[in-house]
Amino acid sequence: MNILVCLKQVPKKDARLALNEAGTWIREDVPYEVNEPDAYALEEALRQKEKHGGQVTVLTAGPPRAQQVLREALAKGADRAIHLQDDAFAAAGPLRTARAIAAAITDERFDMVFTGLQSDDFGSAQVGVLLAELLGWPSATIIIGIEKTESGVRVKRELEAGQFQLLDMPMPCVLTIQSGINKLRYATLMGIKQAKNKPVRQVTLLEVESSAGEPLQQIARLYVPMKQKQTEIVTGTPAEIARKLAELLRDRVRVI
Amino acid sequence: MPETILVIGEQQAGRLSRVTLETVAAARSLAARTGWAVEAALLGDHVGPAAQELAQTGVATVYALQSPQLIAYTADAYIAALRPWITAKQPKLILLPHTYQVRDFAPRLALALETTLIADVTGFVYDGERPLFTRQMFQGKFAADVAFSDAARPWIVTLQNGAFRADTENLAPALVETVSAEIPDDAIRIHPHEVFREAKQAVDLSQSEVIVAVGRGIKEQKNLEIAEKLAAALGADIAASRPICDAGWLPLERQIGSSGQSVSPKLYLALGISGAIQHIVGMKGARAILAINKDAEAPIFEIADIGAVADLFEVVPALTEEIQKLRAGA
Repeated sequence: MNILVCLKQVPKKDARLALNEAGTWIREDVPYEVNEPDAYALEEALRQKEKHGGQVTVLTAGPPRAQQVLREALAKGADRAIHLQDDAFAAAGPLRTARAIAAAITDERFDMVFTGLQSDDFGSAQVGVLLAELLGWPSATIIIGIEKTESGVRVKRELEAGQFQLLDMPMPCVLTIQSGINKLRYATLMGIKQAKNKPVRQVTLLEVESSAGEPLQQIARLYVPMKQKQTEIVTGTPAEIARKLAELLRDRVRVI
Repeated sequence: MPETILVIGEQQAGRLSRVTLETVAAARSLAARTGWAVEAALLGDHVGPAAQELAQTGVATVYALQSPQLIAYTADAYIAALRPWITAKQPKLILLPHTYQVRDFAPRLALALETTLIADVTGFVYDGERPLFTRQMFQGKFAADVAFSDAARPWIVTLQNGAFRADTENLAPALVETVSAEIPDDAIRIHPHEVFREAKQAVDLSQSEVIVAVGRGIKEQKNLEIAEKLAAALGADIAASRPICDAGWLPLERQIGSSGQSVSPKLYLALGISGAIQHIVGMKGARAILAINKDAEAPIFEIADIGAVADLFEVVPALTEEIQKLRAGA
């Protein structure tokens, strides 16, 4: 079973983010990490490979810095990597990203494509689903379990409010993976060493630009949202904060 | 002919979902400004009662797109039914609720219609007469006003759960027009089984008066103890954001958010919770929200009534003691 896993490098969860001067994107000098659901997608692909054989290929679209997430994935056991490398991919948006990925893998053969269910930066939850439509493959989203069957896969889809549904689908297909589907592994020292010799295919913007098309939507303005509520911020030493909070809980919230 | 806003609603077993009413309310608010007409569509094998309910929400027409192949949701059947019908109808804007089901098919539908989708929108702003669509980015740390380009048609927008207030008044019923959707047999490649629950939910947090919830900031499983002590002092139930349950530190049934429970207690005490959208949709109905987080920019402070930018490992044990003192004195 040959699986492609799409990974995205996003700002670390606790990174302090600031707007760029044009107010259209963030300043990029922040620490980055792999998008969390994407890490689970990779882990799931590695587990499927261990059960059924085949190859795991990882792909990212991003600036040179994004190569880090590919290196980490190779160290965890992915076999090869594809890097759509250009600064323009950082804020490309879901449709152009999906089109660029589809163009980059035209000559590849995969049985399944995994992505995380959404990214921590854009959060539009679209790239995996769009990729399926571009490839002409069926897709299923927010997947929390995958079993191979004779004719394809049986997947467990998470629904709202604690409900689930099983789906039978043929391969090839695209699945977007929910966090918590498995337990993540760490890279071993041996894995890190071996990763250095694994192939990374570089794809330039020029190669996929015509397929990516014109943007059909753009961010007119990015800004810090207006506060919806007046928040009373309590300050002081930890002991003072604790005392003031307790008084507020008694006098205002009335739960003591 | 004025332009049309088409709402695509959701129904389960003949009942209209609440988010559909929110979507209609959003459409009507846009229509009031733009002068566009509002119509709505529902899909299913037989959507009669839900379509009648939808017809009383102030829309001009309700289309019931029916086919035996729509009895269970699949992205394939939805796209096969909607694509030719929308192509013929030519709406200016399609509005849908940002539910798990919509996330599953709407991006594909947009691409099949050679257009684009702006997802998880929380509001509108206007650039002259042109609506822009506001959505959260970077886990709520920023908001973006997003514009469709001239080449995009129809515009497709999904709306965040709870971002618009549903109107509940019953208006004069609109016409319900039944459309039989022609879905080729080979269009459906996915075979869905019954929807189920994992086990009977043993913990019902929806009735809790006070909830102490922990997030990633708790760092290690053994640190849960300080939250549990605070919960005991307050007589509160303990809950968590998704990463805590994914790690197995608390059972999934204590998870608050879009994939867990929705709660509206008198007090929601958020410890080390950053406030990602998926968590906030499950707890923003709380009457009071108290957040303790060491990151002053955490989005949880956007919705908190009371906040402390502090190390929870220092403040929470002290707070537990203070509460015990007040309780003992009372």
